Amino acid sequence: MSEPTPAVEARDIHLSYGQTPALRGVSLACWPGESVALMGPSGSGKSSLLHCLAGVLKPDSGSATAAGARLDAMSERERSQHRLSQIGMVFQFGNLIPELTLLENVMLPLQLLGERATAARPRALTLLDRLQIADVSGRRAGAVSGGQAQRAAVARALVHTPPVVFADEPTGALDTVSADTVLDSLLGLAREIGSTVLLVTHENRIAAHCDRLLSMRDGAMAPQPAVTG
Amino acid sequence: MSTSQALLALLESAPAHGYTLKHRYDQHFSRVTPLAFGQVYAALSRFEQQGLAKVVEVESGSGPDRRRYHITPDGVSRVDAWVSQPERPTSYSGSTLFAKVSVALMSGRSAERVLEQQRDAHMVRMRELTQRRHSASPADLLATTFELNHLDADLRWIDEAGRRLEELRDDMVGAAR
Repeated sequence: MSEPTPAVEARDIHLSYGQTPALRGVSLACWPGESVALMGPSGSGKSSLLHCLAGVLKPDSGSATAAGARLDAMSERERSQHRLSQIGMVFQFGNLIPELTLLENVMLPLQLLGERATAARPRALTLLDRLQIADVSGRRAGAVSGGQAQRAAVARALVHTPPVVFADEPTGALDTVSADTVLDSLLGLAREIGSTVLLVTHENRIAAHCDRLLSMRDGAMAPQPAVTG
Repeated sequence: MSTSQALLALLESAPAHGYTLKHRYDQHFSRVTPLAFGQVYAALSRFEQQGLAKVVEVESGSGPDRRRYHITPDGVSRVDAWVSQPERPTSYSGSTLFAKVSVALMSGRSAERVLEQQRDAHMVRMRELTQRRHSASPADLLATTFELNHLDADLRWIDEAGRRLEELRDDMVGAAR
């Protein structure tokens, strides 16, 4: 039987900001359907790696593959299109558009992909209902609580059923109970649609939600534990 | 924490009388309540019976004989096994972990390895509990989050200890001289 193809793969990625090296030959692989926590102290390079894999940053050398495409070999336009259709992203501060309602924010990726509003609306509403925020779906994103906004950000990242989801400290601004709710929503929905999740965090409790843990230190992968539980 | 294991580990650094060993213990591990002499002599007697330590010198005087103990190779193996075995990750394993890190630093063993192994054991337990939350009753959930928060606090301590190992090593090796 042949080896499965990783859903996300970094191969010997190097990246510097001016003279300061941020990534020093990083390699990793995430398999289809698994959730992986990427841990490490501030400045260890985990967010830089995530942004290379999502095509937000272009590595100086090495390859970054996500959802079947080499992002490092694409033009900026191609990377944007690939991100829009194949990748979902969740950031620490939801990055919702504050002037739009939660429903409009969640409909947005579908509409950008060419879906009509009449088709996008029920899909977005179903997801908001699953995440128990349908009752505030008509409120502007700037007028809801942090936990509600972050659940809407999860819905927006998953509404187009992307094969890969990247999350960068997705619960960093939330209290423990809200953080658990957001994580359960993100990982539960991703599992249902078969998405691979790579989640950057410096918090042990958040990492413990994932199937597998990886650590970074000083721009490189740290030795991985022998026990995986 | 296992007092007996810590005493054996302290005997490794140099042969000692019960009196000296008790003071070594108090200096390193017993910050609030000093260890009772009886506990030290009982432990030394047990070490001798189990072949973990032997008497190398007996000084006679006006009072009882003073016996000086030396750790045996079996004793060193016992200390090795104790230091390298991660504690079961329960809420209150912190003080034993502190003792193991201290012993590793004083004896030249890898304190980094002690911390890494414990970190891994804690993360495995944390993941088990995180999964268990999904099917927990409200009372179970409260107990589970209690343990999760304590594990999280332990992990923060482990991370901080890891960042301070060099400083701790200098301090402990200096104090042992």
